Amino acid sequence: MAKKKSLKHQDKSEPEIQAAVSHQPPPPSSGSLAQSSAVTVAVPGATTATAAPEPPRNPPVGMALEFEKPILKLERQIYDLVVMQEQRGVDYTPEIQQLRENLTALIRKTYQNLSPWEVVQVARHPARPQTRDYIDMIVKDFVELHGDRRFGDDRAVITGTGRIGGHKVMLIGHHKGRDTKEKIGCQFGCANPEGYRKALLKMQFAAKFGLPVVTLIDTAGAYPGIGSEERGVAEAIAVNLREMSSLPTPVVCIVIGEGGSGGALGIGVGDRTAMLQFAWYSVISPEGCSGILWKDSQNAPDAAAALKLTSEALKKLGVIDEIIKEPLGGAHRNPRAAADSLERFIDRTLRELRAIPLDTLLEQRYQRIRCLGTQTIAAG
Amino acid sequence: MTQVNSPHPGSPPTAVMRVSQPRKNVDVPDGLWLRCPTCTQIIYRKDMEKALNTCPNCDHHFRLSAKARIALTVDAGAFEEMDRNLVSCDPIEFTARKSYRQQLLDASKGGKAKDALISGCGFIKGRPVILAVMDFDFLAGSMGAVVGEKITRAIERATQEHLPLVIISCSGGARMQESAISLMQMAKTSSALSRLHKRGGLYISVLADPTTGGTTASFAMLGDLIFAEPKAMIGFAGPRTIANTIRTELPEGFQRAEFLLQKGFVDRIVPRSELRSQIARAIDYCSR
Repeated sequence: MAKKKSLKHQDKSEPEIQAAVSHQPPPPSSGSLAQSSAVTVAVPGATTATAAPEPPRNPPVGMALEFEKPILKLERQIYDLVVMQEQRGVDYTPEIQQLRENLTALIRKTYQNLSPWEVVQVARHPARPQTRDYIDMIVKDFVELHGDRRFGDDRAVITGTGRIGGHKVMLIGHHKGRDTKEKIGCQFGCANPEGYRKALLKMQFAAKFGLPVVTLIDTAGAYPGIGSEERGVAEAIAVNLREMSSLPTPVVCIVIGEGGSGGALGIGVGDRTAMLQFAWYSVISPEGCSGILWKDSQNAPDAAAALKLTSEALKKLGVIDEIIKEPLGGAHRNPRAAADSLERFIDRTLRELRAIPLDTLLEQRYQRIRCLGTQTIAAG
Repeated sequence: MTQVNSPHPGSPPTAVMRVSQPRKNVDVPDGLWLRCPTCTQIIYRKDMEKALNTCPNCDHHFRLSAKARIALTVDAGAFEEMDRNLVSCDPIEFTARKSYRQQLLDASKGGKAKDALISGCGFIKGRPVILAVMDFDFLAGSMGAVVGEKITRAIERATQEHLPLVIISCSGGARMQESAISLMQMAKTSSALSRLHKRGGLYISVLADPTTGGTTASFAMLGDLIFAEPKAMIGFAGPRTIANTIRTELPEGFQRAEFLLQKGFVDRIVPRSELRSQIARAIDYCSR
């Protein structure tokens, strides 16, 4: 039935979804994504079966992380060859093919051995897809709902209804902003109390009408400002934790980028918690930790390692339930593939959770939260 | 009782020497005499202790160890500690400048507390309560798995036995050395409070200096009643972090108990001398 409805609603979100399936480069709605699409096509053999790579239309430019520089260099070489091939009419196909194979191998090798600090870099990559990108790619009929009806509308948190897979959901997510103007508008994804109160209001609305809640976590932390404290950011987060733990509807939480402290947890309590492969989640940022221990942020790489903030470490600790695989070379290299993985996870998980009677679901949620950390203590 | 009150019983009276040098940052001084950090007056330790560890001159509230605070809060001889033996297993083997394991050993040296919270049941002016008190002396009163578990058990017991719950917070926040495990204690304690709340249980949260970070953003701000000690520092982000972010000076009295009262996040400021009677009265008003 949901499918039928989707065919009827030929609104502008529809073609984008089809595009997601056919692995076309994403629409140039955002600078960051348009930029990374150039990179995407140069990566054959990503985790999902990608279509035959097209020649890149733009040179692979943009910010490169330090450990990504060799990859970008190779991509540049491939691009140059493709351009030369077009201009001179000479066939470089075998060379290009060889270089592409090298590139895939290089990316695979680099990303298999990322240090925790490098994972943090990937999670913060400027071209990494954000909540609004995922909304564009996987949420049909998204209708944004604004405001906390108390103080204002926090742009650092996006809330609204839409369909993911076969499910009507309430989607809630931090948004960091993609260009400078947007980034300033939403304070780089650092929410004020209004953001958390808005999220709660929409979650309660969702529970009232039986919509499951999906939250996408991507914040360095709640905004540290005078207004934020004045309006009780701690209280706002605390209330969210309490209310989400017993919200009478399925709640799925996914850390898509940065999971910074209470600001992340403030929309992160639910039936399942997952992380994208190269996201991080911790009680404090590596810089903050370094600042406390070493009195400056220079030792952030050491702090990142000490904090065990990667998806792999947290899965082992039992803090998260699942790791959502990212495409080869991270979500920023292939946002479509990342979105597909995310969509599949949400669809499958909601199917699972909606089959559970509400009472059982809430009891299981309580027990799941109740057990967090109990295995790490002993009677001394 | 006086033994418990003094943070360093039997230490030599060296503070007499220090008095001649004006020092504003003295917080928990030792010795016979000490200088109040607020009014900078020299006060006699015994007078301070008699005034429940407050300055007899200006009512500055000195920090208290959990043990001392319990002694001041519950009826004498009627406190039964729960879960006293829980210890952390260092879940993420945190090692930076110093290993967490070593920090734990140092903090619990000499048979002192095993973690940053004491919980139990006792009586306040004859009324039975479940009481949990955080201990700033132990790793800045930070909340890791042990603190989270002890608080959760205290909440669950209060829920089951229909007893009023009092938590006195005094904490730097979630414990960095247990990373995400600490963070999850915020969710755990809050969800246990959700059940207490739904059963109609009374929870009085008392905020002492300081209550910050993950502690504030979970159980500390979820009281049916929230009391704060005068001038207690209460907030989420640290003042230094805020000042660095917004690059301006913070207003006078920012994040102090009086500031929170003015902004509407604290029900009452309760001086230490009135805490017992205020809790007792609240319990009377809330018992059906």
